[in-house]
Amino acid sequence: MQRSILGALAVSTILSPAAAMAQTEVQFWHAFTGRLGELVATQVEEFNASQDEYVVVQNYKGNYSETLNAGIAAFRAGEQPDILMVFEVGTATMMAAQGATKPVYEVMAESGADFDPSAYIGAVKGYYTTTEGQMLSLPFNSSTPVLWVNRDAFEAAGVDPDTDLSTWQNVGDTLDALKAGGSECPLVTAWQSWIHLENFSAYHDVPFASLDNGFGGLETELMLNGEAQVAHLTALGEWAQEGKFIYTGRRNEGGANFRAGECALFTESSAGYAGISAEAEFDFDVRPLPYWEGVGNAPQNTIIGGASLWVMEGQEPEEYAGVAAFLNYLSSSEVQAQWHQDTGYLPITTAAGEATRMAGFYEDNPGTDVAVIQMTANEPTANSKGLRLGSFDQIRGIIDEELEAIWAGDKTAQEAMDSAKERGDVLLRRFEAANR
Amino acid sequence: MEKRVKFRGWLLPLLLIAPQVAVSAVFFFYPAGQAIWQSLFIPDPFGLSMKWVGLGNFEYLLSDRYYRASFVTTALFSILVTLSSMIPALFLAVTADRLIKGSGVYRTLLIWPYAVAPAVAGVLWLFMFNTRVGVVSWYLGQLGYDWNHVLNGGEAMGLVVVASSWGRISYNFLFFFAALQAVPRSVIEAAAIDGAHFWRRFWTIVLPLLSPTTFFLLVVNIVYSFFETFGVIHTITAGGPQQTTTILVYKVFSDGFVGQDLGSSAAQSVILLVVVGLLTVVQFKFIEKRVHY
Repeated sequence: MQRSILGALAVSTILSPAAAMAQTEVQFWHAFTGRLGELVATQVEEFNASQDEYVVVQNYKGNYSETLNAGIAAFRAGEQPDILMVFEVGTATMMAAQGATKPVYEVMAESGADFDPSAYIGAVKGYYTTTEGQMLSLPFNSSTPVLWVNRDAFEAAGVDPDTDLSTWQNVGDTLDALKAGGSECPLVTAWQSWIHLENFSAYHDVPFASLDNGFGGLETELMLNGEAQVAHLTALGEWAQEGKFIYTGRRNEGGANFRAGECALFTESSAGYAGISAEAEFDFDVRPLPYWEGVGNAPQNTIIGGASLWVMEGQEPEEYAGVAAFLNYLSSSEVQAQWHQDTGYLPITTAAGEATRMAGFYEDNPGTDVAVIQMTANEPTANSKGLRLGSFDQIRGIIDEELEAIWAGDKTAQEAMDSAKERGDVLLRRFEAANR
Repeated sequence: MEKRVKFRGWLLPLLLIAPQVAVSAVFFFYPAGQAIWQSLFIPDPFGLSMKWVGLGNFEYLLSDRYYRASFVTTALFSILVTLSSMIPALFLAVTADRLIKGSGVYRTLLIWPYAVAPAVAGVLWLFMFNTRVGVVSWYLGQLGYDWNHVLNGGEAMGLVVVASSWGRISYNFLFFFAALQAVPRSVIEAAAIDGAHFWRRFWTIVLPLLSPTTFFLLVVNIVYSFFETFGVIHTITAGGPQQTTTILVYKVFSDGFVGQDLGSSAAQSVILLVVVGLLTVVQFKFIEKRVHY
């Protein structure tokens, strides 16, 4: 054992300086650790092994917010990486930073790589392209919320696990039955703003913000205090008061409760698949996210969460050639299909989805295609293309605070959302002032 | 009687204070100056452009009722942290001072929590009070109390106060203990002979003699609760639920590093600078007068 480590060290010290001298180095900063970090490292290693012109060096820089901050700080110091992973919430910040980023379509055009934006799934691509259809950053990991069902918990409460859960009306009745059957945690959620407001709005085809959810310009204002959203949050608030919806925190804290088998229903990203399939000691199902029957145009399509890869400005041309080669490699069907199957993230190209279907993956792992179908069922509308709002990470913080006021019974849904709009709009105006 | 050293010429004294001046300039005056300068602009996060707004950032902040509420939260938080870290520390020091045997062990054990970094302390307390797997919250549940600091603002505040004070008790204990050792035995013995029982001696002799230490700790603890408790709050509540634990420093962080709003963040740090400056002046002007050295 010891010898093999020493051997590996010796080999790597002998090889790496020589390799680095001959090859162009491409710095790639990302936000993945644990299992996802390993998968990213594998992708990078395979790319490096596949050619000898470029070496991609991957670096974990903390969670999404921390990675974005690291990238910004590095840019200010003139030490920016070639590729920076930025979560979807930071998209507007990056788009506004012209001069700091180099659009992906430009990188691809300059390198002469053959790059076809239409190969990407519309709902994924739409988030990261300009209104003229030019792709600014490369979608990397994208997921969408779905409904996770603990079948054993249903049976323990004497409720049929195959009951129809496609609408919130049905879910409401089911929650009553689960509660009556003794369930301590009928429903739990992760990422409350993303699922119950942002995706909710897209799914019901109602606006979340004006000017096409911010795609139309910086003068956008929040519209999350609309009738549909308030009605949904009112229902959730009542369920919270009655002990049918359990609030566990702003991020994905609820995942621990669900994976431990305590909760019957869980609204969470499709990318929860890796963790749930590894840890759950119960039978589970993946169902489409429920919608309110008769509200808006539901079910429209849900939107994505996750991150994309931004190319930073100010590097040497040969590094950009390396970046283009790496991004091309990442979006190839084989790499994408593997990534989709390993993680539960969506395949970002239509071809990768097809390859996965052809390989019989969906039949062997029922439910893994629910997210893909839900995202691609309908052509995205102006309300369901995505969100492009400045300071959105912080606006989410405000939304979280206001939602907590609803769950605690301190405010009605209408009061809370009116206040969220008022406070969020102030931040949008400041973002507008900073970026005009 | 004061002792004074007289220097001939300017060179040597200047040389002697130069290192301190250099350190202050690099680590205090330069960044503080930068913050003041930045607070007059709305910059974009990448530093590509800056828009002059004069006092606009301050106007924006002071008209924000959530920012004003954060002052109240900070005041409440720092009073609670200061009290709950100083009173137990004094009590422990007095008891340790009376020990005849084993005071060394007792002392060493009491100092341990100080070695724990705030963020780690935060995680420790969070685990104990975790609403799902926490030991303490489980016992509370057995007693029929439903602990939920994720939604209950009062409980969240209580938890961050306890987590912030815990390690601090050790620090305060050290100072109180040392000060107690310096109280002249003869005075205490004289009082004892006059028939003053323990608590009377404590109130009328020991406590007044401790006042310089108490005053010093008061200043240091308030500054601690203003600035160094960030790690605890970030790990336990992230400022929530709603905004019940968002203290001023946490807001500087969340506006600057979550919101990328560097103008507002800089303005807030300038306001903090002024607040802490004022507090220190008040403490030295009014409270120090009552301190017996």
